Amino acid sequence: MTAVEDRATTEAPEREVGKARRRKEDARLITGRTTWTDNMVLPGMLHLAVVRSPVAHGKITSIDVSAAQQAPGVIAVLTGRDVADEQGSIPCAWPVTPDMVNPGHPSIAADEVNHVGEAVAVIVARSKAAAQDAVELVDVDYDLLPAVLDMEEAVAEGAQLTHDHLDSNRSFHFVFDGGEAGTGTDTDEAFSSAEVVVSRRFVQQRLIPAFMEPRSVVVQPQGDNYTMWSSTQVPHILRIMLAMVTGVPEHKLRVVAPDVGGGFGGKLQVTPEEVISLLVARRLGKPVKWTETRSESLMTAHHGRDQIQYIDIAADREGNVKGLRCRILADMGAYLRLVSPGVPVLGAFMFNGIYKFPAYRFECDGVFTNKVPTDAYRGAGRPEATFAVERIMDELAVELGMDPLELRRKNWIGAEEFPFTSVAGMTYDSGDYEAATQQALELFGYDELRAEQQRRRESNDPVQLGIGVSTFTEMCGLAPSRVLGSLSYGAGGWEHASIRMLPTGKVEVVSGATPHGQGHETAWSQLVADRLGVPFEDIEVLHGDTSVSPRGLDTYGSRSLVVGGAAVVNAAEKVVAKARRVAAHLLEASEDDLDFSGGKFAVRGTPGSEVSIQEIALATFAAHNFPEGMEPSIDADATFDPENFSFPHGTHLCAMEVDTETGMVKIRKYACVDDVGTIVNPLIVEGQIHGGLAQGIAQALFEEAVYDADGNLTTGSFVDYLVPSAADLPHFDTGNTVHEAPGNPIGAKGVGEAGTIASTPAVVNAALDAVRHLGVRDIRMPLTPERVWRALQDGGDGGDRATAGTNAYGGAQTETTAGVSTPQSALGGDR
Amino acid sequence: MIPAAFAYARPTTVDEALRAVAEGGEDVKIMAGGQSLIPVMRLRLAAPETVVDLTRVAELRGVRDDGDAIVIGAMTTHHDVMTDPLVLQHAPLIAEATETVADRQVRARGTFGGALAHADPAGDLPAVALALDADFVIAGPQGRRTVPASEFFVDYLTTALEEGELLVEIRVPKLAGEWGMRYEKFNRVAQAWSIVAVAAVVRREDGHIAEARIGLTNMGSTPLRASAVEAALAGAEASPETIASAARSAAEGTSPTSDLNAQADYREHLAQVLTRRAVTAAVGL
Ligand SMILES: Cc1cc2nc3c(=O)[nH]c(=O)nc-3n(C[C@H](O)[C@H](O)[C@H](O)COP(=O)(O)OP(=O)(O)OC[C@H]3O[C@@H](n4cnc5c(N)ncnc54)[C@H](O)[C@@H]3O)c2cc1C
Repeated sequence: MTAVEDRATTEAPEREVGKARRRKEDARLITGRTTWTDNMVLPGMLHLAVVRSPVAHGKITSIDVSAAQQAPGVIAVLTGRDVADEQGSIPCAWPVTPDMVNPGHPSIAADEVNHVGEAVAVIVARSKAAAQDAVELVDVDYDLLPAVLDMEEAVAEGAQLTHDHLDSNRSFHFVFDGGEAGTGTDTDEAFSSAEVVVSRRFVQQRLIPAFMEPRSVVVQPQGDNYTMWSSTQVPHILRIMLAMVTGVPEHKLRVVAPDVGGGFGGKLQVTPEEVISLLVARRLGKPVKWTETRSESLMTAHHGRDQIQYIDIAADREGNVKGLRCRILADMGAYLRLVSPGVPVLGAFMFNGIYKFPAYRFECDGVFTNKVPTDAYRGAGRPEATFAVERIMDELAVELGMDPLELRRKNWIGAEEFPFTSVAGMTYDSGDYEAATQQALELFGYDELRAEQQRRRESNDPVQLGIGVSTFTEMCGLAPSRVLGSLSYGAGGWEHASIRMLPTGKVEVVSGATPHGQGHETAWSQLVADRLGVPFEDIEVLHGDTSVSPRGLDTYGSRSLVVGGAAVVNAAEKVVAKARRVAAHLLEASEDDLDFSGGKFAVRGTPGSEVSIQEIALATFAAHNFPEGMEPSIDADATFDPENFSFPHGTHLCAMEVDTETGMVKIRKYACVDDVGTIVNPLIVEGQIHGGLAQGIAQALFEEAVYDADGNLTTGSFVDYLVPSAADLPHFDTGNTVHEAPGNPIGAKGVGEAGTIASTPAVVNAALDAVRHLGVRDIRMPLTPERVWRALQDGGDGGDRATAGTNAYGGAQTETTAGVSTPQSALGGDR
Repeated sequence: MIPAAFAYARPTTVDEALRAVAEGGEDVKIMAGGQSLIPVMRLRLAAPETVVDLTRVAELRGVRDDGDAIVIGAMTTHHDVMTDPLVLQHAPLIAEATETVADRQVRARGTFGGALAHADPAGDLPAVALALDADFVIAGPQGRRTVPASEFFVDYLTTALEEGELLVEIRVPKLAGEWGMRYEKFNRVAQAWSIVAVAAVVRREDGHIAEARIGLTNMGSTPLRASAVEAALAGAEASPETIASAARSAAEGTSPTSDLNAQADYREHLAQVLTRRAVTAAVGL
């Protein structure tokens, strides 16, 4: 058999874990020569275009689709009424309180629209162009209702309602109280007896995940079976949810997430368009495709963050913290999507950060507004929490006249105290905050920058310098199933993997965690290469197709490596155990006398008597000579359910230049040292940190989803929604300390969100440190030059931005001939 | 997104182009680099009946020396303008400003003439043309005419170009004497339009500022000249104090808009700071 000649080298490969391998998937991802959903073309495929509401809140009084139906190439036009009986409601899997109010979320609005961009009809046509042409022919009349856009107004007495069939704009009121939970002391008492109390209101602006690949769905019916390809992070969850929402039985539905170009949480969703595509394919019996435009994506894919935080901190005069109280308004937008309510609740256990607060209370109201729903976005709940605690620690330091690092040091958990149970009841697994901080200070050149800051202050330089600190931890690696259960989440947090040993000695690794750009294929190959002793190149990682990897819970919450990778490792160990039995049989030795290393089983003390795992794979395929009573397979499955989260931590330092004449801020230096446990691939870790920093810095300085007074998304294109590029970001000096995570066989902690979570407060703290002596106490994010300038002028927080004018498409208004744009519309703006 | 259907003409000479425009029906759009036009068509904010694409009109490309002026063809791309030796020698301000326009990809397609004909108040080149006292050569069914920069920019996205006319070239006078120039652009991310920008062109004579021309970007519906600053600087001593004091009137006579990036009062403030910086650099202080 050629298989034998083809067999891989039997030389022991060098250790893969820790190697800075280039990612094996990148060539195809970067060149785009791959299976992006929109690249798919099926015979007879029809194209969808969605007609969307131009108003934020209104009753649909009539829809006339006759002109669209007559348009060339149009096959069908469906409204919310047409699908009312079959569309169900977009699911929310996280009822965070028993009495949480869920208004229901039709995929196509039937009677009422609740945000601009909501679907009101769908066009099905022979070509994408024909579908798009017909969109303008659908005539919808709305009875306008007042739009609820401001959370503080929304929860006030007598507020206008987002949904007029509900009693209020509150979806839920979630409380975690350390005193009541038995994890801390009484918060009110801590505050009433405190020497110092500092209270602040922080605003977490609304952000847009802005993944690179727009969302796309293709559905192919085949008899009563349906295959859906979707640019999703969560093919497994999507399959279950679509079955529950549409009534297509789960076993008749296959979902494939082919290569997916980014998500950042934005594709952790069951979208209206996925439901619509399935319904249309079912109704017409034809394959269909929907691909969004960039503007559609910014306007209708779920948003993130959007909290108002009222934070109180109590301490004594020496700087020992005594208590933390957080009241949060979290904007849900118009509807609850998959995990909308869970996002702020994940944060509930993190506001205390790395500090030993004796008392802690968290309260959160989920609030409805007439905006697109919010949901997971990189960090989901933890960036909000980290920002609040790292900002309030700085405010307390100012109040006490203490160095911000000294204050942190005084209160953080000591290296010798791990594992440490926090006041929020979390068990922090491992780490050393002092060590990370020391290393970061050295990378940063802290003392020189402080000296320069002093010089600039003394000379009254128009460009002032500030230094910001963020010493963070976060909980990730979602998640122990029983913890998710205790938080009323609708699913578990385990992950599944299986390993198939092919006759030629090659290996297929099937992963339930499906990547959308993170590099799973490379990292999983490294893990398996070490465990099985096979070459890196001989491993193929399969994922993202519910018929190929039938069990999985997908990728989010920095879980893939620490949960999914752990399943892979456990499956590999099971393969080795089975192979050991076959090896013992073939070598006529006892299993106990076999050593396994470098992919070979050898009989201890008998040189030359050995068999490789590849040879065993072939012997298993042939099954001619197999151990008595053993089924002829050495393949294995494993499901890993973690017992705890993992808690990466680190120290981030930012030096910021502020041009006091213009308000322009510019990062002068950024250094961070992160502890993410064992590093499987340093290049991937560095990449995740860099990308995470870019996104966290973007929240601090650039990005904000702005709605105008009528509820139109003003930042409806990348001209106005400012995603920074490499040209707008500084060089990053990064480093690591390594404290292995005890909770998984790899020792890794999640890295996907760390940079995003940590960086935002470091950047804002730095800007404030530069201008605090000029009377500035706070500046709202993003720190636009205008806001910084206003804060310098007036001492406020920089105030609101003008919300109506876009900077996009200079010709928009005067060149309008097609009539889809109004001066206020999200697409046109007033320029 | 997909533009609405349109008829398409791709002439190869100016005469053919004029004919194509004349015959194109009610709503004809001329397309240069397409960098402003195509996005609005894709968003269906514009849906012309006919698009007349000038990319094959070779006579509209390139920069030539015409004695007392350099002449830039309307279809010369931003990239070609930026790297052109004549531009670098006689009007380095144009190169400096063009370098700040968008990104490489846009500069490879977008054109000098397109940017000027588009007359976006946030665009960088109109204020530069205004500060350099450029002349605009326009071809129409009745022949050619020349319009000075001061009359070319009429209103918001509106120029002296009449229906049926084409911008063919821009004449930039060569400057005699000791001139310094500077374009100060203020924006938030690298590839963005100006929030405010200031083009300063200054002639020095014996330690004095003999003449100053200041163009303002995005301080009103058209590019503007900061005439009060120009008057204050004419004949003034080239010192930081005089420049700072003159720059304080940079926002006089302007009417900036309020948008996401800046409200009007902040734009007025920026105009002053940037004018001071641009003039200081142009003077060589
Ligand atoms: C991402 C992006 C960023 C940008 N950033 C900047 C920036 O920072 N600064 C800046 O100044 N600009 C910026 N631009 C605009 C860019 O400079 C464009 O190239 C320019 O505005 C239009 O030039 P064009 O050749 O592409 O013209 P087109 O888009 O083809 O045409 C623009 C308009 O001018 C008309 N027109 C064009 N040529 C003629 C002619 N010869 N005669 C009569 N009418 C004509 C057209 O009919 C149309 O109305 C940016 C563009 C993009 C896409």
